[in-house]
Amino acid sequence: MESVYSQYAWLILLFPLAAFVLILCVGRQAKTFAAVTGIVGTLASFVVSLLIMFERMGGGAEDYAWKEWVWLSFGETDIAMGFEVNSLTAIMLVVVTFVSLLVNVYSRGYMAEDERIGVFYAYIALFTFSMLGLVLSVNLLQLYIFWELVGVCSFLLIGFWYHKPEAIAAAKKAFIVTRIGDVGLFLGMLLLFWQMPGHSLDFLAITNAFHNGEMPGWVATAAAILIFVGAVGKSGQFPLHTWLPDAMEGPTPISALIHAATMVAAGVFLVARTFDIFLASTAALDTVAYVGGFTALFAATIAIAQNDIKRVLAYSTVSQLGYMMMALGLGTEAGKDASMYHLFTHAFFKALLFLAAGSVIHAIGKQDIREMGGLARSMKTTMWTFAAGTLALAGIVPFGGFWSKDAILAEALHEHPLLFWVGVITAFLTALYMARLFFLVFAGKPRSQYSAHESPAVMTVPLVILAVMAVAGGFAYPWIQGESLAGHLDVTTMALTTAAGVLGIALGWMLYGRPKSSEDVLAARAPWLHRLLQNKYYIDELYDAVFVKTLRTLGYLLHLIDRFIVDGAVRLVAGGSLALGRLGLRLQNGQLQTYGLVSLLGLVILIIAVAGRRYFHVG
Amino acid sequence: MNIVISYLLLAAILFCIGLYGALSKKNAVIVLLSIELMLNAVNLNLIAFSKYGVNPSLAGQIFSLFNITVAAAEVAVGVAILISVFRTRNTSDVVDMDTMKR
Repeated sequence: MESVYSQYAWLILLFPLAAFVLILCVGRQAKTFAAVTGIVGTLASFVVSLLIMFERMGGGAEDYAWKEWVWLSFGETDIAMGFEVNSLTAIMLVVVTFVSLLVNVYSRGYMAEDERIGVFYAYIALFTFSMLGLVLSVNLLQLYIFWELVGVCSFLLIGFWYHKPEAIAAAKKAFIVTRIGDVGLFLGMLLLFWQMPGHSLDFLAITNAFHNGEMPGWVATAAAILIFVGAVGKSGQFPLHTWLPDAMEGPTPISALIHAATMVAAGVFLVARTFDIFLASTAALDTVAYVGGFTALFAATIAIAQNDIKRVLAYSTVSQLGYMMMALGLGTEAGKDASMYHLFTHAFFKALLFLAAGSVIHAIGKQDIREMGGLARSMKTTMWTFAAGTLALAGIVPFGGFWSKDAILAEALHEHPLLFWVGVITAFLTALYMARLFFLVFAGKPRSQYSAHESPAVMTVPLVILAVMAVAGGFAYPWIQGESLAGHLDVTTMALTTAAGVLGIALGWMLYGRPKSSEDVLAARAPWLHRLLQNKYYIDELYDAVFVKTLRTLGYLLHLIDRFIVDGAVRLVAGGSLALGRLGLRLQNGQLQTYGLVSLLGLVILIIAVAGRRYFHVG
Repeated sequence: MNIVISYLLLAAILFCIGLYGALSKKNAVIVLLSIELMLNAVNLNLIAFSKYGVNPSLAGQIFSLFNITVAAAEVAVGVAILISVFRTRNTSDVVDMDTMKR
């Protein structure tokens, strides 16, 4: 059946863009106008996305793609731009617009005292536009354009409080590290452009070419791995994960929007979109799976030793993205489905956790959990919603995270048992660090001086909505996709993951939840391990020594070359002209005898020239 | 070889000595002296051509009398200028006699 609403999918892009332009022109000073425009823009996009989704449900409408606008044409190749709606993009549209809407509403409360709130809303609108453009892209080139645009918005928003040097440094780091990934993506794009029949970069064409086995094996492996490098950068997988925790310098609403729910999911989305390339190469699939699995475990171990509330959540995001990549790397349709399932539920409960953390930070002005405690009494709504998010992330039934994590692990048990056990251990660690976070923040007595009060409704209502989605999301996704929930599951996996989750929470309660145990047990028992984890395995220091210092020295060397060799050449020319001039100066010194000598020399030359013609036959 | 060459050679040597002195001596009086030497060398040339030249005639000797007169007048004026410059600048060094801005 022909889809009605999908033809208007371009409106989804238009509303945030219009909001961005409007806010820039008018609303930089008018703060309420900026907030309202931002909220209305995303609301309109959300409504259209919902219409498209509901129309597709139950196998109603078919996929729709419009790629008529020719952007660039050279030789016989045309590169078009447009938009495409299929099951993957429809679900991403709903996720992005929904979280963006809630963050827009929440920011009204969180950023209320900030002078530049108008600029903030403009940036969020631009980001929403870019992310939606990325989702709706029809070919790799268009996706790359929006990919870079999303990176720029991330840079602008991380460094929003630009008078803080840490924020500026974090923004630069985020942009540069993701840029390294983007080089990989661009190389993959070039390779595909070169090898694809008809030089087409359309996703549809890519799917067809690789599905039918027309492309040589090395193209599939190389292109897949290069595209995955791009995803590694954007989604914060090892070894390009270092920018995500530092990105927490930005305001919490954008940590929720960009670095939890949407932009970091772009990497997973890219791999899912070009999945047929990966399916054609087992080497690439294995790379994806192992990098994802390793990252999941690696980040979870770091998270248990972090003391900043946002950094724990940042490493948790890295870890969960590792799960999604691992699921994609398993190389089956069920794996890809499980990965998108987890992306869907993760967006909600991670955004919830970040916004709740923001509520705490907004109330008491501190971010170090060693200075918190006892907030359960004064911030009830925040506490209950945070608890919902924690349980969802830890994978406790019936919260959303349980079903999606289970789907991933069930598939892993079939394909790659080693990764299944990695996943289970990570689930245990996840439950442990989340329980630690929850108890240290909310339970017990306050460990430092502050006064806390619950946040205003404009902030708590999005929390409650997201908490509802954290529970319902697990059931919503199969309902949307038109499949049954039971189809994803497996009894062994369910039992093991529940055991891991419960064990983690129990251990967390034992270590951190009881009144007398507020000092960090790990720090006391194994201080070297604690130091290693707290300093993130010293990876930042390693990168600094290996890459940053080398490049700085190289830069200094080149600067010297510029100063002495290049500038030296220029100064040499100038000096030569000056010397020539000074030589001529000696001829005009006002001395009569010099002038006389010069005249004599001229006369002699003249005489030789004239009289010598008789003897030398030059003429 | 024609005898005129000896006279011309002598005159040329005297002229060169005079030229050298005019261009390289520090003292203004010596420069004037060298100019006189050059003029006298020219006189020798004129007289040699008047006797042994292609068209021997008395014109050469008459012309050399004119030359001597001009040389005398020129020396009078030259020394007068030199004395006047010496009175203002208190130096007879030709190197100091310019009006270039320093």
